[in-house]
Amino acid sequence: MSMTITEKVLARAAGKDRVAAGELINAQVDMIMCHDVTTPPAISMLKEKGIDKVFDPEKIVVTPDHFQPAKDIKSAELHKRLDTWAKEKKLPYYYKIGRAGVCHALLPEQGHIRPGEVIVGGDSHTCTYGAFGAFSTGIGSTDLAAAIATGVLWFKVPASMKFVLNGSLNKGVYSKDVVLEVIRRIGTDGALYKAMEFVGPALKEMSMAARMTITNMAIEAGGKNGVIGFDETTQAYLDGRLKGKTDYTVFESDADAVYVHEDTIDCLALEPMVAFPNLPSNGKPISECAGEAMDQCYIGSCTNGRIEDLRIAAGIIKGKEVAIRTIIVPTTPKIWKQAIDEGLAEIFYDAGCVVSAPTCGACLGGFMGILAAGEKCVSTTNRNFVGRMGSPKSGVYLASPATAAASAIEGKLADPRKYL
Amino acid sequence: MSKAHVYKRDHVNTDEIIPARYLNTDDVAELAAHCMEDLDTEFMAKHQAGDVIVCGDDFGCGSSREHAVWAIQGANIGAVIAQSFARIFYRNCINCGFYPIELHGALEKINDGDELKIDYNAGTIDNKTQGTKIEFTPLPDFALEIVNDGGLLDHIKKQK
Repeated sequence: MSMTITEKVLARAAGKDRVAAGELINAQVDMIMCHDVTTPPAISMLKEKGIDKVFDPEKIVVTPDHFQPAKDIKSAELHKRLDTWAKEKKLPYYYKIGRAGVCHALLPEQGHIRPGEVIVGGDSHTCTYGAFGAFSTGIGSTDLAAAIATGVLWFKVPASMKFVLNGSLNKGVYSKDVVLEVIRRIGTDGALYKAMEFVGPALKEMSMAARMTITNMAIEAGGKNGVIGFDETTQAYLDGRLKGKTDYTVFESDADAVYVHEDTIDCLALEPMVAFPNLPSNGKPISECAGEAMDQCYIGSCTNGRIEDLRIAAGIIKGKEVAIRTIIVPTTPKIWKQAIDEGLAEIFYDAGCVVSAPTCGACLGGFMGILAAGEKCVSTTNRNFVGRMGSPKSGVYLASPATAAASAIEGKLADPRKYL
Repeated sequence: MSKAHVYKRDHVNTDEIIPARYLNTDDVAELAAHCMEDLDTEFMAKHQAGDVIVCGDDFGCGSSREHAVWAIQGANIGAVIAQSFARIFYRNCINCGFYPIELHGALEKINDGDELKIDYNAGTIDNKTQGTKIEFTPLPDFALEIVNDGGLLDHIKKQK
């Protein structure tokens, strides 16, 4: 019987020859991501229930990111609880401040993500790692506690949806525009409980960073996971990078695997997209919305804060001055250093931007760029719900780093293609 | 008897249920004080213990923060009835021993202020105000078992 990548990964993890959509399974977890907001409660729960153990320290990666460096006393307490636990359990992959970064940028960069594995994390954007042909999904603190202690979680095998990305991307159009178009088409619950599998020639030309932008936003369509098959780009990224276990299994979807929905996106027909408040599905092509005045530009986050994104933004901003406050957040210490070494930080400085340390920060309304009532922010992040980046009366406009950078220069939503 | 607080909205997300500005704590009482704040600033003042929240589709979408469920539980909300739930929130409810009530057409069957009596065993809601008996989609058996055990961790302990 035929299966999709998602089904094959889950079948392996459940010790079965095959699984089908809708089936309930107990799956072995291969990797667990822990950060500073959802993990401290999980640790407390385990202590309280008297099952305070770690099933396999090698399979846990810990990084504070949401409120790091600590934004206030309460978040410092969260960090302290995380730090105490990671040290007490002698976790080998604990990224302390200075090495800590935005989790979904850090884990792949540091070689913790392998194809064919079951990866969970106490964060909804854990679906990012599906770009490597893994099954990866976000969980809450109780599931996280159960996974840490037992290494096993129950799952309902999701039905799969297929998105064929045809053609190639025009200059100025990026994977962010593709995923905003997908979400515009199917809505924020269009993939509820389902796997979103992305295939097609346009993907072949995309870097791992660009692919991660797509799978990162699967949750914004309600998806359980996003997944992209393994190819030479995946292999080139992984070679020499993996920490610990260096072998992995590559799964491919069978030609006659079952999909409950198929959609084709003609990438050549896409324009830069902007998702208006207050849903990621409110996408509009830039030709219909250029000129909308902005107060802030934010370039960062697990969606679009990798070095490739900063290079694109710097390429547009170079030699110009930004018209609105512009906050650049490299997502890992390595990316932060690269931004300095490559001269990007200087370009941002010269243009009047501020460059921060790695943090999730303002993406979720934490700190380092919070919006006042009535303010509008063009942002390379993934969510634009009410109050997401600050005041419930502020608005977030989701876009690619290129569109965000062009908009920073003009102080209003702008088409990046004229700057390329 | 529980009073229904109806929000004729889809996609009520976890940022509205408990804004991220309060995620620097996992103290349930503190979280509960801000329950539903960015959806309805009056909510905490007007609801009574045991009252019910009623919404449209995709309730609890967005962040995986279980703090959203803790805030609702801490605020002594009797139940959340939604036309559909986002996946992680739904799972978090079960894991916390809080029964998420999925009810197709909830916004047509329940009006704001209706007095409800929920029978979890029978899978029915008595709408006393309208004089109707409404059937809801029961939780699958395995999930019901987790809820009845008081949540996932107690369920795991019981199995050992």
